Amino acid sequence: MGKSNVAKDFMLLIMFTAAVLTAPIWLAPIGANYPDLLQKFAIYGIFAIGFNILFGLTGYLSFGHAVFLGVGSYATVWSFKLLTMNVIPGILFGVILAGVFAVAIGYVSLRRSGIYFSILTLAFAQMSYNLAYSVLTPITNGETGLQLKINDPRYLDGMFIEAGAGIPSTNLFGIKMSGYSGFYFCAAMLIICFWISLKIFRSPFGVTLRGIKSNQNRMKYTGFNTRPYLLAAFVISGMYAGLAGSLLAVTDPLAGAERMQWTASGEVVLMTILGGLGTLLGPVIGAGVIKYFENIFSSIGENKLQEMFSGFPEGVSNVLTHIVSPFVGSGWHLTLGLMFVLIIIFLPGGIISGFDKLMNMFKPGSKLKPRKTEDS
Amino acid sequence: MSKKNLNNWSRRGVLKAGAATGLAATMPMFYTKNAYAAGYLNDPGDSGTVTLGFNVPQSGAYADEGADELRAYKLAVQHLNGEGDGGMLKTMKPLSLTGNGILGKKVAYVTGDTQTKSDAARASAKRMIEKDGVTMVTGGSSSGVAIAVQSLCQEAGVIFMAGLTHSNDTTGKDKRRNGFRHFFNGYMSGAALGPVLKNNYGTERNAYHLTADYTWGWTQEQAMIAFTEDIGWNTAQTVKTPVGAGDFSQFITPILNSGADTLILNHYGKDMINSLTQAVQFGLRDKQVNGKDFTIIVPLYSRLMAQGAGENVKGIFGSTNWHWSLSDEGSKAFVKSFGAEYGNPPSQAAHTCYVQTLLYADACERAGTFMPSEVIKQLEGHKFDGMGNGPTEYRAEDHQCFKDVLVVKGNENPSSQFDVLEVVEVTPRAQVEYEPEHEMFAGGNLGPANNGA
Amino acid sequence: MDAIFLQILNGLDKGGAYALIALGLTLVFGTLGVVNFAHGALFMVGAFCAVSVQALLKTSERVRDESITFFEAYKEVPYLETWWGETGTMIIDWAVPISLLLVIPFMLLVGLSMERGLIRHFYKRPHADQILVTFGLAIVIQEIIKANFGANPIPVPAPDIVAGSAQIGSWFGLSDNVVYPWWRIIYLIFSLTIIAAVFAFLQLTTFGMVVRAGMHNREMVGLLGINIQKKFTIIFALGAVVAGLAGAMYTPILPPDYHMGMDFLVLSFVVVVVGGMGSLGGAVAAGFLLGLLQSFASMNEVKSILPGIDQIIIYLVAILIILLRPRGLFGREGVMED
Repeated sequence: MGKSNVAKDFMLLIMFTAAVLTAPIWLAPIGANYPDLLQKFAIYGIFAIGFNILFGLTGYLSFGHAVFLGVGSYATVWSFKLLTMNVIPGILFGVILAGVFAVAIGYVSLRRSGIYFSILTLAFAQMSYNLAYSVLTPITNGETGLQLKINDPRYLDGMFIEAGAGIPSTNLFGIKMSGYSGFYFCAAMLIICFWISLKIFRSPFGVTLRGIKSNQNRMKYTGFNTRPYLLAAFVISGMYAGLAGSLLAVTDPLAGAERMQWTASGEVVLMTILGGLGTLLGPVIGAGVIKYFENIFSSIGENKLQEMFSGFPEGVSNVLTHIVSPFVGSGWHLTLGLMFVLIIIFLPGGIISGFDKLMNMFKPGSKLKPRKTEDS
Repeated sequence: MSKKNLNNWSRRGVLKAGAATGLAATMPMFYTKNAYAAGYLNDPGDSGTVTLGFNVPQSGAYADEGADELRAYKLAVQHLNGEGDGGMLKTMKPLSLTGNGILGKKVAYVTGDTQTKSDAARASAKRMIEKDGVTMVTGGSSSGVAIAVQSLCQEAGVIFMAGLTHSNDTTGKDKRRNGFRHFFNGYMSGAALGPVLKNNYGTERNAYHLTADYTWGWTQEQAMIAFTEDIGWNTAQTVKTPVGAGDFSQFITPILNSGADTLILNHYGKDMINSLTQAVQFGLRDKQVNGKDFTIIVPLYSRLMAQGAGENVKGIFGSTNWHWSLSDEGSKAFVKSFGAEYGNPPSQAAHTCYVQTLLYADACERAGTFMPSEVIKQLEGHKFDGMGNGPTEYRAEDHQCFKDVLVVKGNENPSSQFDVLEVVEVTPRAQVEYEPEHEMFAGGNLGPANNGA
Repeated sequence: MDAIFLQILNGLDKGGAYALIALGLTLVFGTLGVVNFAHGALFMVGAFCAVSVQALLKTSERVRDESITFFEAYKEVPYLETWWGETGTMIIDWAVPISLLLVIPFMLLVGLSMERGLIRHFYKRPHADQILVTFGLAIVIQEIIKANFGANPIPVPAPDIVAGSAQIGSWFGLSDNVVYPWWRIIYLIFSLTIIAAVFAFLQLTTFGMVVRAGMHNREMVGLLGINIQKKFTIIFALGAVVAGLAGAMYTPILPPDYHMGMDFLVLSFVVVVVGGMGSLGGAVAAGFLLGLLQSFASMNEVKSILPGIDQIIIYLVAILIILLRPRGLFGREGVMED
């Protein structure tokens, strides 16, 4: 890899960092600059980046990644309940436990490839979800979700601090982990995760993983054992998911079983492909778009629409409201579905490839050497 | 958590971990924004409007119920702002509201989709609190979601007025100071059904339970076992069924040979529709066991859901919080204005949501502020009437409304498509009341009020 | 004994539904090589054909409902009843069987347009793209259904004459307590008939022979100058019809709602994989096997030994089969392995 590439990566990292840290400002015009959504952007960004390390690099499509998200959340909430409201131990437990689960599930699932691998991961995830919802309720609190209680023991905290009257908030050595401080904490994690992912993409390890994707058989014939590499990628991406799950619990201390449902696993697949599979930035963008739809589009009711179109004459605004309203509010799923279909038909490389196409249109002579999407 | 405690906590925490203070200093200071705000979170201040958050399921299994709840909320907002015919504002006693909004501020609202998932519901409630600046969040249709949002509102420092949530836990072990429930609960269903079942089916029955395998199902089963055994019934067997099983045949066939003569379906929503439809298909209701006609009981009815089961609900007992055919002044006023607006009578979910909105507004009016701690004081122990359930009290110890409970039966001869249920008995409040620390509710703690600032 | 007999029936019945869905899925996968996540949605569309036919037959005159006095309510009197009286009521009662007449042409149309309009552009694309585009399509279909029919399940009863239960126990010399709903017996017979018809079609007709050859080696068949593309389009439509029929007939057992497609989707993929990707016989066998296992795992005797087993049995079996016999029960070697 040439020096210019290193410089380019450095620039990418700087720009990414700047964009993430200034998100509260540049997301304001589209109404997405409130702490909870910003936190979700960062957290699901981490989840998608991690998923991309497995799926984007190796081509192994896991349909059960949400199980690690759930495990991370449960472990972290238990750490809050039993040990301390400080988030560091919680995150460590979450990531480690998710890693342990990933080793176990990955070891078994990676014996198969293709759709068999997908179904294996799906089966493990659905088993975990069903059990967490029912039989394992003493650990997971089932449908209600694992929550903090006033009379939780919190042994570590108990040694240093006398308990207040209410449930204490999660904190990083005293800094509350809700609101904007929570976002900046998640943002810092996102930047670190992005940097690690960048390093993996550029490392010989990453090259090997890509080799497995393009032709596993050829690698096997040369006597190369691909399994340890695949397992490493699986565990890394499982730990990313565990971290994301932990952060969900950090910013909002509750862990629900539905985080492990297959639809949640499907969601991260959609995020990754929507943004741009195998690209560095794509998954983060995909995560942002889906979370934006879920939170903002779903809240636009007819009264909001009428407000938005109030600039038009009444007849026109009524017609516009009538046309648009099936796609917002309770119809936001419809918009999402249509978007998948359109993007996958017309922009197979995801949103990132759309950007690239746009850029190329303005760059004279660039048609001769199209940029590889993998480097964007 | 009060402001004082918060400061204590953080200062000590920082001292204990001295090294971290450097990190803390580098963090941008956005998060202290609220600290400058007046006494409580999302104080509307001099603004001419106050915003309420309606957080209902718009997708998922309860979407139709959510849509009905939303209709009720919109109606409540109209009435609060002095539009429409005023609905229950004409019958509510005592009443401080005057039809010019709340405390002279026009009522605005925002909506959100809970998707019947705790995560999505909390994200949506957070948007309302952080972005839209609501002073109160309300909604429901699933106990898990209601409990999750209730604890969120407690942490954030706004009021939560629960919509449809029937689990004992909402005002039992998961109760919160900032949360209030008007709807009845599993215990009350059992307590109201017990005597009616005794009168209709005698004291010698052998009951078989099919129970949705999650928290609500378990508490409902516990209550039903307690009250049916009270009237002398025997519990033959209890079987847990996976939520959303779809086909219940493998759970129904064992009943045929179990010797049970009564089936209690602790199911709600889609599960209830499917298990009831299939139980009837398997001929359970045509059977004779121990010389008695086999019977089915559905402890918690919802009219919207009963419509999905069609003919199969005929003659089946259950309980409900409210029904549109009631003839008291409050119910009539509400049904009239709801029917005129939307062309169909309101569901019990719509009723409880409408009432909760009015109760909140009235409490603010009496308190003279939207500050949660003051509003809570007004709601705790508040006694009111004229809202469809007779004299009602918000008990201070657990924020549960105590009022009469309706025992209903699937209508044998419906006169209209809405006439699915008929009210068999109005069980008086005294019969469904319990101690705040009753074993089915023990282990909770309201904690202190939180104003969020 | 009685209990086991009934659980076998339950298992077969459930298995019939699984097998029908998996059969269509496998047909499409085996021939076109397309992983169709919208297959569950086709099952649902079939069910809503029955709902629509019922609604159509019930097309009603709005009559002022005098029993409700405090607002203007209307009740609906079906035209068929006003015109033909008893006969009209009977026709409405037979909505589900009648709906099958609509399901076949309608699902053919849906299948053809789906394949022509969308799926065929994805033959050469990676499986992930196929999954995503069909998944997106499934969401779109279910949202359209929701917008038109609401989110609550809609009751679609079986004709009155077969609404009750059969004294099936006395047929086999078992106790009188052994009863089974007529409609479920009909469903089992129906699914076996459809399965047999599909197999006969593939085994006994020239068309079927070409398709089977195409499943083995598409290039070769193409080189022989046969327009395999066109045949595959028809196969896709056939898969859609099978799913639609299964859905329409299932409505009296399970009142349909907009989410039923997704509910069946995961399960049907598990069935296909357990049976072996691309193996029709495997899909059918696995459907019945998993149906039976699910029934037995739900028995109290089993659950008291292994709590929660009914929640995970399907997935557990899938994991074991994939690990021990990666090609599924009857799958061919090398299908979808990379």
